Amino acid sequence: MNKLISSVSPHINSNSTTQKIMLDVVIALIPAAIASVIIFGARSLLVIGVCVAVCILSEWGFEKICKKENTISDLSAVVTGMLLAFNLPVSIPLWQAAFGSIVAIVVVKQLFGGIGQNFANPAITARIIMMTAFSGTMTSWVFPDASSSATPLALISKGQISGLPSYLNMFLGYHGGCLGETCTLALLLGGAYLLVKRVISWHTPTAFIATVVIMSFICGKDPLYQFMSGGLVIGAFFMATDYSSSPATKWGKIIFGIGCGLITVLIRFWGNFPEGVSFSILLMNILTPYIEKMTRAKPLTGGGKV
Amino acid sequence: MRLHGAKVPHKKNTAESKPVKIPVSKTVVIPMSMHIGKQARVTVKKGDNVKVGTLLGEQDGFISAPVHSSVSGTVAKIDEITMSSGMKVPAVVIETDGLQQKDDAVKPPEVKDFDSFINAVKNSGIVGLGGAGFPTFVKLNVKELEKIDAVIINGAECEPYITSDTRTMLDKTDYIFKAIDAVKKYMGVKRFIIGVENNKPQCVKKLSEYSKDDSLVEVRPLPAVYPQGGEKVLVYNTMKRIIPKGGLPLDVGVIVINVTTLAFIGEYLETGMPLVEKCVTVDGSAVKEPKNVIAPIGTPISDLLESAGGLKSEPYKIIYGGPMMGISVPSGEAPVLKMTNAVIAMDKKEAVPPKTTACINCGKCLNHCPFKLDPRAIARAYKTGSGEDLEKLCVDLCMECGCCSYVCPAKRPLVQTNKLAKSMLRNYINKKKAEEEENE
Repeated sequence: MNKLISSVSPHINSNSTTQKIMLDVVIALIPAAIASVIIFGARSLLVIGVCVAVCILSEWGFEKICKKENTISDLSAVVTGMLLAFNLPVSIPLWQAAFGSIVAIVVVKQLFGGIGQNFANPAITARIIMMTAFSGTMTSWVFPDASSSATPLALISKGQISGLPSYLNMFLGYHGGCLGETCTLALLLGGAYLLVKRVISWHTPTAFIATVVIMSFICGKDPLYQFMSGGLVIGAFFMATDYSSSPATKWGKIIFGIGCGLITVLIRFWGNFPEGVSFSILLMNILTPYIEKMTRAKPLTGGGKV
Repeated sequence: MRLHGAKVPHKKNTAESKPVKIPVSKTVVIPMSMHIGKQARVTVKKGDNVKVGTLLGEQDGFISAPVHSSVSGTVAKIDEITMSSGMKVPAVVIETDGLQQKDDAVKPPEVKDFDSFINAVKNSGIVGLGGAGFPTFVKLNVKELEKIDAVIINGAECEPYITSDTRTMLDKTDYIFKAIDAVKKYMGVKRFIIGVENNKPQCVKKLSEYSKDDSLVEVRPLPAVYPQGGEKVLVYNTMKRIIPKGGLPLDVGVIVINVTTLAFIGEYLETGMPLVEKCVTVDGSAVKEPKNVIAPIGTPISDLLESAGGLKSEPYKIIYGGPMMGISVPSGEAPVLKMTNAVIAMDKKEAVPPKTTACINCGKCLNHCPFKLDPRAIARAYKTGSGEDLEKLCVDLCMECGCCSYVCPAKRPLVQTNKLAKSMLRNYINKKKAEEEENE
């Protein structure tokens, strides 16, 4: 008998790994990627490819330079790359997409300590930086037939209600917008997959979307239209549920979702920008530690009532 | 409210395996400490002839238990062995003669009232067989018997692999109910709940058949979610009562007793043979023919593995008990102890721990903890050495069930850190107390 391993219990582990979780997110994003190619043409694949490749490269490069352990196999950089690409217009110059990817991985994620340590969502923060840096290219919405159209939310905020796409086109994604955010159907499919695989819980997306829908109703806007417009669905299912930048407690997730919904509505209805999902998530990211502290479960000490 | 837990694999491969007696080993090693509390005082010396049931060590102090010989033979030496806890304890090494003659002193105890019942339980050498090894007579020796609302019989057996309690429930049902009758008669208990995970319908069925005419005994199927057999979890799920932090089940009016422990008491009352042999599940990825065996206490576990068809691959880890809370042993020479209910031999694939990666803050650990602890926060507080934070986070509530480590996708040593944090908190509290006393 060889020398036996001595260790403290437990002696078994579940099959779940960080890599498998990230792979599930990648799988959940595939329907939206396919939709983007159908709606916006093959260039969307190019944008996704550049973002993913640059994210992986910058993670690898940063860790190499800092002599940190290489973590690209956990696939989190792939997820960040896909999500960033999904939040860009299809016509974005590739160097700008690459710049955004470097910002997401190096500035937002790695400088704060890498996976699990970043307080803000890398893709969202990078998108906001790009919107400030490249405000022209970041808001030009071009279709494959070289026609361009404003996003539905921009139309609504300008009061051009007559030019709005139909509910069906909204649901299928045939309208102006970032390449991965328009197809509500594909995003809901992906979101359902994440829920079924228990990668995310229902709390954040439900609270987020319900808040927007209810507030739209109260404020006299079309709730269904608000639901399918802009980045709400992708934000609620894929970005507001980011583990490291959102609360891990059940009630924390609900508060986080409601907060995101309220800020989104505030910006959409009364702000200067037509869309507010990105800002709302970033602002709530900052509050995450406090929300978590506030909602931490009370241990079962037997002192209180059942 | 429902307590959280983890869905661990059941792997009850040996549930159908009726335990078989294995041949007596040439040498057995019987430690004087197979229980919580003070070790027993050795009462034999080198060269003494012993028989099955001969007293080897007497109970020493209030919380202690006597130890008996499991074999007939000659005492070769009084050795000192290192237990898995790191503690060095005396152990009686016996060269066996293979005859397994019964000691003449072994005869059914005379029990007529509470005191003689407790005395019998004490002399039987029985300790908590669920794993903790707390002397059973101390647990049953309740001063105010009217405080006991119910006795909860723990047949949850929530650890993967282990089926020795399953076999007790199926094969020793008579003894379980004999013991229940004794507890009724001598302790005046009016309510018994037998908690069994619902992945053992055969046990639920058999126990229900026995209890159908007894209004005081209820068989309660429990969800097969680990750690259903954890004392506090079981008490909550059967009685909806929460044992206070640092308290005992008796604080909420219950006594929890493992089903095999109870069955043994029933058996002892009939035969008078003290606790000298154990039904042990032999399983694990390195074992050729997983099965249940009956082995004399002190038998080296390598002999148990041999009796289960030997090993199909090199073992990388061998543990006493189940894989969630079991204790890994340094070698196959480690003996079967009183509370050994399983021996699991793992092959390389099962034994080599996966690589630990960075915490991704997924929150699985806190959302699976039965007591709603936050292992992430505890790990942070431990790292910064903050006893104050650990106290707030109630790490001393942790029962070390291992759910957090099990579910962690980053494979972080969470419960392991909790264990270290618990001792850090103890030091902090002791220091604080000492400072307060100094100030007075």
